[in-house]
Amino acid sequence: MIAPGLFLLICVGGGAGAALRFVLDGLVRARITVPFPVATLLINVTGSFGLGLLTGLGAAAGLPHEWVLVLGGGVMGGYTTFSTASVETARLVEQRRWGAALANGVGMLVLAVAAAALGLAVTGALG
Amino acid sequence: MTTGQDPRPPHLDLRFVALVAAGGAVGTGIREALALAWPAAPTGFPLTVFLINVVGAFALGLLLEGLRRRGADEGRRRILRLALGTGVLGGFTTYSSLATDVALRLGPATATALEYAAASILLGFIASVAGIALASALHRRSAEGRGASSGRSAG
Repeated sequence: MIAPGLFLLICVGGGAGAALRFVLDGLVRARITVPFPVATLLINVTGSFGLGLLTGLGAAAGLPHEWVLVLGGGVMGGYTTFSTASVETARLVEQRRWGAALANGVGMLVLAVAAAALGLAVTGALG
Repeated sequence: MTTGQDPRPPHLDLRFVALVAAGGAVGTGIREALALAWPAAPTGFPLTVFLINVVGAFALGLLLEGLRRRGADEGRRRILRLALGTGVLGGFTTYSSLATDVALRLGPATATALEYAAASILLGFIASVAGIALASALHRRSAEGRGASSGRSAG
């Protein structure tokens, strides 16, 4: 069990992250008009770097566990989204855009894992 | 502010941003409560977040396709999409946790990392397709129902 106040802060963090995702998604869509869901890709890759960094700071640099929960599980968790990425891949398959679907499914995860690993590595938590 | 024709796109309208934030707080709260109750072992398969993501991918497919088949993205449908889809399900599911947990397991538990990555992407995709298909089937059934019982509003 965690303290109710901490849990509430995680929820507030998640709300802030979701709002940031919504605004950024709209801004990217308005400016970059390629037939590929780049906004979600950008959000998930940057958010994965952020969580890798926070996790690394928690493990290797003494960032308190509560901060990792609020900024990591809360803000980065609310900012990034798996459901939208999956639905967008399904839509690309519907349109028979196999290459784009594969890039959105596998390519996004490869980039996000690399970004998370980079975040962990710069704090010295990895390797 | 509330005049009939608001030229602002939804993502720059504070009322919609607040709606997404409220939904995101709820979704994040449910995810974190589940993830804290059933945490993953450091090198184990993160089953809780895996199930959260697959269930969320199914639910978002169902929601978005259901709304799309009922009409244009405006009014009550837009509010539902932003509050439940972008907000609750967006906050409920997480990509950063998936990516970080895979990165942490590459090396100490590479097989688990690859298994988790592949299972998430594949089952998430299948779940979204299933959600979209279910919404389509439900919509066809209700459309047939309306055809049989004449006079009911298409809502």
